[in-house]
Amino acid sequence: MSMLRRRELLKTLGMAAVANSLPSVAFAKADTHSRFVLVVLRGAADGLAIAAPYGDGHYASVRGELTLQPPGGDQGLLKLDGLFGLHPSLAATHESFRADEALIVHAVASPYRARSHFDGQDLLENGASQVAALRDGWLNRALAPIGGQTTHAIALAQNAPLVLRGDNAVTSWAPSRLPDADDSTLRRLEDLYADDDFFASRLEQALTSQDIASGMDGMQKQRTRGNEAQQFGDLMSAAARFLTAVDGPNIAVVELGGWDTHANQGTTQGPLANRLAALDRGFGNLRDGLGSAWENSVIAVVTEFGRTVRVNGTRGTDHGTATAAILAGGALHGGKVLADWPGLAAKDLFEGRDLRPTTDIRSVFKSVLLEHLGLAPGVVEDTVFPDSRSATPLRNLIRT
Amino acid sequence: MTMKKAVIANNRFGLGAAPGDLARVAERPTAWLLDQLQGPHRSPPEIARLDNSATVLVEVQDLRRSQREMQRSGKEIDPVEKYGRIVRGHYLEQSAARYRTAIMSKTPFHERLVHFWSNHFAISADKQPLPAIAGLFENEAIRPHVTGTFTDLLLAAEQHPAMILYLDNQRSIGPNSKLAQRANRRQNRRQNQREFGLNENLAREILELHTLGVDDGYSQRDVTTFAKIITGWSIGGANERGRFADGEPGKFEFRETIHEPGSQTLLGKKYAAAGIRQGEAVLRDLAVHPSTARFLATKLARHFVADEPPEALVQRLTDAHLDSGGDLSVVYEALLAAEESWVAMNGKYKSPHDFVVSTLRAFNHVPDRTQFIVGALDLMGQTPYRPGSPAGWPDTALQWGGADALYKRIEWANTVARRVGSRVNPVELGQAVLGPAFGTETRKAVSRAESFSQGMTLLLASPDFQRR
Repeated sequence: MSMLRRRELLKTLGMAAVANSLPSVAFAKADTHSRFVLVVLRGAADGLAIAAPYGDGHYASVRGELTLQPPGGDQGLLKLDGLFGLHPSLAATHESFRADEALIVHAVASPYRARSHFDGQDLLENGASQVAALRDGWLNRALAPIGGQTTHAIALAQNAPLVLRGDNAVTSWAPSRLPDADDSTLRRLEDLYADDDFFASRLEQALTSQDIASGMDGMQKQRTRGNEAQQFGDLMSAAARFLTAVDGPNIAVVELGGWDTHANQGTTQGPLANRLAALDRGFGNLRDGLGSAWENSVIAVVTEFGRTVRVNGTRGTDHGTATAAILAGGALHGGKVLADWPGLAAKDLFEGRDLRPTTDIRSVFKSVLLEHLGLAPGVVEDTVFPDSRSATPLRNLIRT
Repeated sequence: MTMKKAVIANNRFGLGAAPGDLARVAERPTAWLLDQLQGPHRSPPEIARLDNSATVLVEVQDLRRSQREMQRSGKEIDPVEKYGRIVRGHYLEQSAARYRTAIMSKTPFHERLVHFWSNHFAISADKQPLPAIAGLFENEAIRPHVTGTFTDLLLAAEQHPAMILYLDNQRSIGPNSKLAQRANRRQNRRQNQREFGLNENLAREILELHTLGVDDGYSQRDVTTFAKIITGWSIGGANERGRFADGEPGKFEFRETIHEPGSQTLLGKKYAAAGIRQGEAVLRDLAVHPSTARFLATKLARHFVADEPPEALVQRLTDAHLDSGGDLSVVYEALLAAEESWVAMNGKYKSPHDFVVSTLRAFNHVPDRTQFIVGALDLMGQTPYRPGSPAGWPDTALQWGGADALYKRIEWANTVARRVGSRVNPVELGQAVLGPAFGTETRKAVSRAESFSQGMTLLLASPDFQRR
């Protein structure tokens, strides 16, 4: 059945009816299926503000005016353990942490050791050990072994980011405020595109997303509104709806920019606090939206690298190296901070200025792929993350 | 053959043909492009009418200050609302001038070069107050220099207030500058050392994104040294806190008091202490550095020829840059003289910007409301002047080729077709703007459409029109 015919059919019958009457075409995805959401923070988010090492004796002296107050007081950090506290803007994330459904991996970095955003993001997303060594994304390469015939991953954006680009079909979706093209026009375009793979495959993927969106209340012609931070909250809600939709994807990628805090980054107030609050709201939307599917979900929040330990001349921080990653989800063995903590004494800093990386971000991704999504070890080592033997998977991350 | 060259000249090197354009340049496509490189270029009237960036910067900064004072004295105001409206007004006015110019231009190759270099030196209007001056940056720093030397273009871009503000250089302070030393004498050194320091943002992006290219032969130490060299590159007039009152408000200002004194060694070369001229000397060297020449040649060839440009072409453009001392017109001439430039009529998948501009050129239509263009580009993922990072917009099909992005193009094509396309015969329009690139399949599909408007949607959404 062509995508378009299916789309018309679904429109006519409504998604639920199709799921019941045509189980061989559109199968209801059980909540027991594993979901994975990757949130990419672009611009190098400050790991020392996401999860501050208030218990490190050097913390307050090196962080100076960007120091966050220890847990307990007003506007203080949200306690994780005796060493770390979560930024006060991350209340919903902290709630999950206390329910053992979120954890922090600290002093984490990709293999990248220079400080360009663009190369850093390249490496975070292509999963290689050198810049530009691979042209497709690791999460796309992970789709082949999981996937059957249907699309399994969606980017909540007009264009799929590098981490999802590659040979395996993925789709993308973003809100629109333009009127629909009518089905007769779309059918003609399907024909016109038939000999051009680039166009044909993309139209088919787009129609799949439109299918799913058209079956969800309030998602048709959803207006883009507000600033990027507000839109992120809406995209996370939309991600939850796609992940719980009949015949929907089980992997989603969402991006949020605005982390490059070179000037006046602030502590409990200011641009960074606002961004973290937006992240937390989005996280809450996703968790609520997933409903019972939350139990089998993992969310990973990652960024290309961290920021300088010391404050720069303009009350901000410059490009650094290691940072913190947030993992959450009902499938997670949470409630802990995973860190081989390098310390903040001057002699312990990477190149005298950055948090020293002690965990490879690929170790985190590998655990999720192996333990949560059930990929075979050989596939993870050879196809998804070639040349990464030194990055051993983290143990005991997922509930079994 | 001549028609094929006319198509390439109009649709790939230009911004898209309007009816009549292909025939007009068919006899001399290369000469038509070369003619556009001859200066001097007066600003198009709608651009010449705009305020200059210093005036606008002072206006928005004054507004901020007065609102802050009113707030302090307890007055009820909605600072965000008024400020936002004024900034947005400037942004839309400048966007309107840019797109009207692009749609109506008789020198579309020159105009494409303006857009190309504006994207190379990308500032992103998602950081205040840049939406108010992003278009002015393009007109003041980029437009006058796109056919001159890369040195002049580089100096103009890095010394424009928009770039200084975007990459935070205005308050990057030399640790041994006069200001830092004075303050250190007055106060406890430990309390103070964070107040006065470098911000290496601009220095890093000049090396990585504007000249040498990423990780090409420079180190973190070079970045820090270069940041010291350009301390003091700032903006005149008081800042929001009322400090630094000297200099002409809203214009580039070299502040000697925060400049790091002394000679510096960068990329193995010693630069003597020379105030502002120390940084300018570095830029002059960077502009004609072999890595820079190669980096720019690759970007130009990628933009004008193919996502994966032929190595021989990149090498010829690199040589043209180096042999001419960075004369950009010589580089463009090498590009136009290259056989590789004239091979395919569909070598590039259009960016959303290209798609929207070429569509409106085909209709000779400037929308009354600029929001019609800005909103469309926003939906397709290319909001004007807002690439979101100093790397600018990408330039390959892989990066623009999202499924949803294509769907948005179809929806927009459909909207335009309903609005302006219903009176025009789409087969005739396809022939007029695509010429020999109007393929048999597309022609068949368009001619069999159930209405002019549907035919127009098919034409605009067709692979033939979506590529250049």
